[in-house]
Amino acid sequence: MAMTMSQKILAAHAGLEQVKAGQLIDAELDLVLANDITGPVGIKEFEKAGGKKVKDKGKVALVMDHFVPNKDIKSAQQCKLCRDFAAEQNLENFFDVGEMGIEHALLPEKGLVGAGDLVIGADSHTCTYGALGAFSTGVGSTDMAAGMLSGRCWFKVPSALKFVFKGKPAKYISGKDIILHIIGMIGVDGALYKSMEFFGDGVKHLTMDDRFTICNMAIEAGAKNGIFPVDAQTLEYMNGRFKRSPRIYMADNDAEYDDEYEIDLSALKPTVAFPHLPENTRTPEEWGNIQIDQVVIGSCTNGRISDLRMAAKVLKGRHVKKGVRTIIIPATNEIYLQAVKEGLVETFIKAGAVVSTPTCGPCLGGYMGILAENEKCVSTTNRNFVGRMGHVSSEVYLASPYVAAASAVAGRLATPDEI
Amino acid sequence: MKVQGKVFKFGNDVNTDVIIPARYLNTTSHQELAAHCMEDIDPDFIKKVQAGDIIVAGDNFGCGSSREHAPIAIKASGVSLVIANSFARIFYRNSINIGLPILECPEAVAAIAEGDTVSCDLGEGVICDLTTGKSFKAEPFPEFIQKIIADGGLMKHLTKD
Repeated sequence: MAMTMSQKILAAHAGLEQVKAGQLIDAELDLVLANDITGPVGIKEFEKAGGKKVKDKGKVALVMDHFVPNKDIKSAQQCKLCRDFAAEQNLENFFDVGEMGIEHALLPEKGLVGAGDLVIGADSHTCTYGALGAFSTGVGSTDMAAGMLSGRCWFKVPSALKFVFKGKPAKYISGKDIILHIIGMIGVDGALYKSMEFFGDGVKHLTMDDRFTICNMAIEAGAKNGIFPVDAQTLEYMNGRFKRSPRIYMADNDAEYDDEYEIDLSALKPTVAFPHLPENTRTPEEWGNIQIDQVVIGSCTNGRISDLRMAAKVLKGRHVKKGVRTIIIPATNEIYLQAVKEGLVETFIKAGAVVSTPTCGPCLGGYMGILAENEKCVSTTNRNFVGRMGHVSSEVYLASPYVAAASAVAGRLATPDEI
Repeated sequence: MKVQGKVFKFGNDVNTDVIIPARYLNTTSHQELAAHCMEDIDPDFIKKVQAGDIIVAGDNFGCGSSREHAPIAIKASGVSLVIANSFARIFYRNSINIGLPILECPEAVAAIAEGDTVSCDLGEGVICDLTTGKSFKAEPFPEFIQKIIADGGLMKHLTKD
């Protein structure tokens, strides 16, 4: 029987010739990930189960990224717990301040994930690595603990949705607009329990960073994973980074999909998700006059070098509107350094923005950009739920780096063409 | 395993950020998490909820983050069961793993009202609205998952013997 790309990776890791949607399998993992929020819960579960040693100290990654450098004593305690565990277990991949970055930008950059891998992470945006042709999915802390202990995880084999990209993205259209368009079309549970597999001639026009952004938000449609086929760009990205050999799987031509969607990338418009759901998408003619208080450019969704370049293209020689707090967060130190070398950081500071050390902070309302009562923020992050970035009456508008930067200049939700 | 309690009713897409806001994720204490359960969707929830009470909600309950803190907060608040039209997948798996009973039953969701007293036999999947006298049948979990939930979660289940 024909299989999807996702199913082939699962089958290979379960040691099976074939799997089909709905089948329960037990599979071997290439990497287990947790952060400073989910790690402590997982470590306690690991110890509760009498765990002495992790199965493979090279296949566990702990990234301190949500509340670091620590925002308060409690979060410092959480990191300490992870740090002590990493030392005790001799973990090869523990990333603390100075080495850390936002996990889903950091692990691909460090070559810890790559094509053909099976990865679970105690963070919902673990689905990001599908951009590299890996099957990766978010789990909770208990599954993560069991993964550390056994090196394995059970899965229900998902069915899949097929998205065929045609054409070349129009001006100012990036991966963010594409994935928001898709979520607007199928809804926040449109891909519940399923794989989202991306195909078509349009894929070659998408940078790796576009693909990371698209797979990153697959969870926002309820998906188990999002995945791109491996092409020359993927191989070039992994070359010199990825520690293992890429394993390339392709969906069978006659693989079954629950639904198929064709998307003309050249016809897309800048797309923004209005409060309070990522599916509440609107294009510029429907925006109206949304006056804003803050802009955030960063996160595991849009904190990569291409994202910063988009923002700099708009902000170069301009200044943010007085009263719009503009916070820019490179996702890793490597990205930060590259942004310094390219002069992007100078552009941002001259434009009146601040540039922060890597952190997930404001995206989840942790710190570094909390919103007050009734405030509005245009953000390149991934969720705009009630209270996500601060006060329950505050509002988050999810957008691309182009739109976020243009909005910072205009003081209202705007496209680069409007400024 | 039988549960019974008063119903708190919620809509569609109840996400993990409103179940337990990230500003409280700097702890793993179950009681501290419970103290802020549902705070951003119903600030009085934690004052009103009593041991055994039941949450009834619409589609895609628990969407968003992978935080296990969400089902932990609900369970530690005293809630004995969540009935919804559907659950987001990570929340679904986390609930089983930490031993929070959940059931999918759109017929029950449509008929049960806020404040009704509801009982449920988790083994049979039979939900009874004692206020209206109506009963509904949900698909119960297979026995091995029921055992995980009854033992209080995956780790307790695995280390039981």
